[in-house]
Amino acid sequence: MKLKTSLMAVAFSVSIFGTGQVAARDYISIVGSSTVYPFATVVAEKFGKSTRYNTPKIESTGSGGGMKLFCAGIGAQYPDITNASRRMKKSEQEKCAGNGVHDIVEVKVGYDGIAIANAKKGPAFDLSLKDVFLALAKQIPGPDGKLMDNPHRYWKDVNPSLPDVGIEVLGPPPTSGTRDAFAELAMEGGAKKFADLKALRKAQGEGEVKSLMEKLGIPMGAYNEKGKKIFQAVAHAIREDGAYIEAGENDNLIVQKLDANPDALGVFGFSFLDQNADKVQGSKIDGVDITFESVADGSYPVSRPLYFYVKKAHIGTIPGIEGYLQEFASAKAWGEEGYLADKGMIPMPAGERRAFGADVQGLKSMSKL
Amino acid sequence: MGNGTHTRQRAINKVREGLVRRYAAERRFRRYGMLAVFSGLVFLVIMFTSIISNGHSAFRQHYVRLTVEYDESRIDMDDPAASDFEGVVKEATREMFPWMSSRRDKQRLYGLISGDATYTVRDRVTDNLSLIGKREELWVLLDDDADMFFKGYITPVERRLMLSKVELVLDGDQATLTGDETAFAKIVEAVRGNLRLQLAVAEAELENASRLLVGAEARKEGRDEVVRARSKLESLQTQVADLKTRILSANLNEEIGEGMSSHLINVNDIYFRINAVTATSISGVVFVKSTQRLSGVSGQWQLITLETPVADRRLSDKEISVLLSLQDQGRIEGRFNSVFFNAGDSREPEQSGILGALKGSMYMLIVTLLLSFPIGVAAAVYLEEFAPQNRWTDFIEVNINNLAAVPSIVFGLLGLAVFINFFGLPRSAPLVGGLVLTLMTLPTIIISGRAALKSIPPSIREAALGVGASKVQTVFYHVLPLALPGMLTGTIIGMAQALGESAPLLMIGMVAFIVDVPQSFTDPATALPVQIYLWADSPERAFVERTSAAIMVLLGFLITMNALAVVLRKRFERRW
Repeated sequence: MKLKTSLMAVAFSVSIFGTGQVAARDYISIVGSSTVYPFATVVAEKFGKSTRYNTPKIESTGSGGGMKLFCAGIGAQYPDITNASRRMKKSEQEKCAGNGVHDIVEVKVGYDGIAIANAKKGPAFDLSLKDVFLALAKQIPGPDGKLMDNPHRYWKDVNPSLPDVGIEVLGPPPTSGTRDAFAELAMEGGAKKFADLKALRKAQGEGEVKSLMEKLGIPMGAYNEKGKKIFQAVAHAIREDGAYIEAGENDNLIVQKLDANPDALGVFGFSFLDQNADKVQGSKIDGVDITFESVADGSYPVSRPLYFYVKKAHIGTIPGIEGYLQEFASAKAWGEEGYLADKGMIPMPAGERRAFGADVQGLKSMSKL
Repeated sequence: MGNGTHTRQRAINKVREGLVRRYAAERRFRRYGMLAVFSGLVFLVIMFTSIISNGHSAFRQHYVRLTVEYDESRIDMDDPAASDFEGVVKEATREMFPWMSSRRDKQRLYGLISGDATYTVRDRVTDNLSLIGKREELWVLLDDDADMFFKGYITPVERRLMLSKVELVLDGDQATLTGDETAFAKIVEAVRGNLRLQLAVAEAELENASRLLVGAEARKEGRDEVVRARSKLESLQTQVADLKTRILSANLNEEIGEGMSSHLINVNDIYFRINAVTATSISGVVFVKSTQRLSGVSGQWQLITLETPVADRRLSDKEISVLLSLQDQGRIEGRFNSVFFNAGDSREPEQSGILGALKGSMYMLIVTLLLSFPIGVAAAVYLEEFAPQNRWTDFIEVNINNLAAVPSIVFGLLGLAVFINFFGLPRSAPLVGGLVLTLMTLPTIIISGRAALKSIPPSIREAALGVGASKVQTVFYHVLPLALPGMLTGTIIGMAQALGESAPLLMIGMVAFIVDVPQSFTDPATALPVQIYLWADSPERAFVERTSAAIMVLLGFLITMNALAVVLRKRFERRW
């Protein structure tokens, strides 16, 4: 009997608490890139603690997943802001428009460097992008100029000046934005060092593309009228014979594994290198050390811009969006000595900051891509 | 006759022989069993020790005492909450180290105090307006890096008290300490040790280089290569010779660079880092100055060795000097980390807590319990006691059993499609999480409920029916009360399973950064396992210990729930 009454009491309290608050939303909902997540969360927290608004809710869904949720429509059940570690794609903008999301404010917030690092107790690496491509690509141009399966087992096979250790690289899986950026910046950058591949990237027209494919030994089944597509397919293909190990999206795990295995290299974001400077060392890429300064001035070649996108239709409906934008675009947040820099984000140069700051003030809608 | 005895004898012998083997086999089996239990226990112990050794330090947090002045000029009388409290905290910090005037120094100094200090001061003033214009001592949180230093994670620190007579001479930012040879023996020895290490490395390189040269000459390689190898060999030879003389030199004169362990000296309340060492004097740059005591002779000083080189740690020698000096002044205190239990998530480790996740889990479990227990019990009772035995009930039974084996992420997808997309319930809400977990735990409860009902002996039912009770009366007054303890046990185990689940929550948006502690079933919330996952993925070092601490809390909950299940069973169980 007692059980029955207590059960009923709890059921009653549930019906009181659990109803009637579904309709409106009084907090900002943010989704998107796991790279921007550590920075957006800091801004959200400061914003929540220093204003009367609720703290925004941030989900880390990856850039692509975030765009999908963001573009699903207008209304309280859809997110207001999505973070991205790359620019919005044309297809995504069209999908947004198809669901009635027309006015979007694009804000670039800063840069992130991708480190290729190993344990401190291991040898220091001085890599070029070409080395990275030769070590990690699935297929590389052979002595006859035709693509062949990557034969390299040791770093010194790639480049005699590199240490005599086996190629073992721990990196993010294809679902990760870090992997996209790594493929685009490092692998493509390395592939471009080969004249034929570089020509293929620029090639237009069937004759030119086909002759280059012939020269590189690419099967004609892969033909595309844009040479660039074929080039990307070659450059982005990372070897699957165990030299590149997909270590999951958890960058901390990669750092731990590197610490345990001094011969392995790892690919992860700069903020993790910054926090674990006592355990891992970043390799030089094309002679440039990965530092705060070298990423900010663009001399470090593997860095990428970070963005977020705001649904203009939600400003005014969901409380606090404007305040959140102000906080993000303030000098104490994204400035050179702002708190985001402390967290490992690399600030934009002053000019760029001014331009995007003005976009935020004026809530300028992005133009068609 | 004789023949018969003979065969009997033989049979006994055979049995005896076999018996030895049988006993051995049994002993072996028992040993395997013990081994299995033992290895299971070993893994358990390894897991617990690793979690506890990582996590126990998270239950303490270091605070710093600031002398705060609630300056009228900084406080906005019309709207006190909007005043410049950051300025108040900075002023209080600067006051303790007035000579740190460069921008970079100040930046570093402020960085040692948590951003939470601003909110502590704000709350203090808004609660207590009479404080304006007054000064008071206020304990505020230290930043996570500073806290990590006091917990010993940044670098191993060795403090040695020295009782030899030394003389300190200050010249601007330069400090020189002179004394006799015995005074600095320890430091000199450390420097020599480092030189010996360098020597060992150089000698190994030398050996390598000479082997390369021999190889190059033997292979008759080009002149250039031989010349290059020889010049490298020669430069290494001079390096080795140089190191040897430096080690043996009586008039040692060495510099301590950033790649070596740092040595700090604390004398007359002054902190300086040793940059150069000779046998009778050491000198370096002053980091912490004293307000009263200056140059002079002192019979007591401290040598502090920071083992990790500067380049490899997150705090510089200067910052560590400041922290040590604060500790000397009694301004640092380690306390129980109450923030951890009273705050929601935060990106600053020292301000982060598990209350948000704990409440999220609690709301979810309430929803799950309220839905799955009645539904599960009703389903079990109907299927076991009332349902006719036919193909349909068999079909349902098979499906329920299958459902229990469905991976939980599938329930998450179902929740996303049905509750959020179709019914339009809010994302990230414990209500939806609870509904999804209900789907997941229902099969467990139904199966355990049916098992409990099955274990009630038929005599109970027959007796009840025999005195004229109806079928429903039999079930509700006699069978169900006896089966309830078993059903509750199953429910609690199902709940414990639901508490540790994170995969289905991923799909319904509960894996998110949520600072505000949820106040209702529809507020955005996370759950304990999700919080653990999010912290494990954060770059800050201080989250490592907090991750383990959160695991300890979660395990504590699970153990409590399982203990409750055992107690319930023990108290109400009837043996037949």
